[in-house]
Amino acid sequence: MHELSVTQSVLEISLRHAQQAGAKRVTDLYLLIGQLSYVMDDSVQFYWDMIAKDTIAEGATLHFQRVPAEFRCLDCGHHYPVDGENLACPNCESTNVRLAAGDEFRLESIDIETAEDSDVHLKEQ
Amino acid sequence: MPLNVSVVENIMSANDRLAQENHARINAAGVFSLNLMASPGAGKTSVIEQTLARLSGQLRIAVVDGDIATSLDADRAAAAGAQASIQINTGGECHLDAVMLRGALEQLDLKQFDLLIVENVGNLVCPADFRLGTHKSVLIASIPEGDDKPYKYPGMYRGVDALVINKIDLLPYIDFKMDFFRRGVEALNPGVMTFPLSCTTGEGLEQWVAWLLQNVKHGT
Repeated sequence: MHELSVTQSVLEISLRHAQQAGAKRVTDLYLLIGQLSYVMDDSVQFYWDMIAKDTIAEGATLHFQRVPAEFRCLDCGHHYPVDGENLACPNCESTNVRLAAGDEFRLESIDIETAEDSDVHLKEQ
Repeated sequence: MPLNVSVVENIMSANDRLAQENHARINAAGVFSLNLMASPGAGKTSVIEQTLARLSGQLRIAVVDGDIATSLDADRAAAAGAQASIQINTGGECHLDAVMLRGALEQLDLKQFDLLIVENVGNLVCPADFRLGTHKSVLIASIPEGDDKPYKYPGMYRGVDALVINKIDLLPYIDFKMDFFRRGVEALNPGVMTFPLSCTTGEGLEQWVAWLLQNVKHGT
């Protein structure tokens, strides 16, 4: 699959936002991944450990929040999970439905340490 | 204390930005463009050959072929009448992305063409996530793949503008429940335009070609 390009993208986005916020270090990343976005958490973390090396995000932990896929029926308003076998509305059997959740593929936020934090660390040491 | 910084950015945003640049470039040249996606063996190259056979007399057509290796498909497109055919070997990547298409576009004098067909790497999963910047995305399904594919590969069926259903000449020999298939398609992609056809018998190709011509003529 394309976990490497996905991981490169995540690194680029996180470094850009970290820089804007004046970060000295990125410690955690929070990703929101819908059920319909195919990506393997373990491989992303594996690539991350390789490509984030020697950046301020080296060693950061990736947190994956999964969002189950859910349809909304436009005819009766019913919300139901995507079970893979029958995509029609279980309430009224309509196929006039829309995906309400499950295609998310976002970096939601990052935890950073700023210069002041580093100073504190130095003083403590 | 670590500070939490809100990002809320789509992970594919870098590719999406490049896709927008590709789109602007193709649009400025007045070319209508397609991203053809399908699993391996669904008949992408055959559909391109049949399209070229019917349209290469009236339209100037360029084909960009994405494959993990070889230039077999680009050679077939050239033999079938494409005025330009460019092979992108992805070197193992399972999809084309906007950067790869940009590289191919740089090799083409786009103004010389009316129609640009991009043949993606055979794969029903990954190409759906990488926008290229073409005007329309088209999925080619085929009867031997089975009627459960919309249910198993919802990401691919959701995102396309048109659906070709290839190899309909095999319907009498294969247990393919068209109603079940179409119900899945309709739930994922309501009202999507479909073109049932056969590259072997030629059935249905007329409607597909008419749709392409209409898009080319009415501008992008």
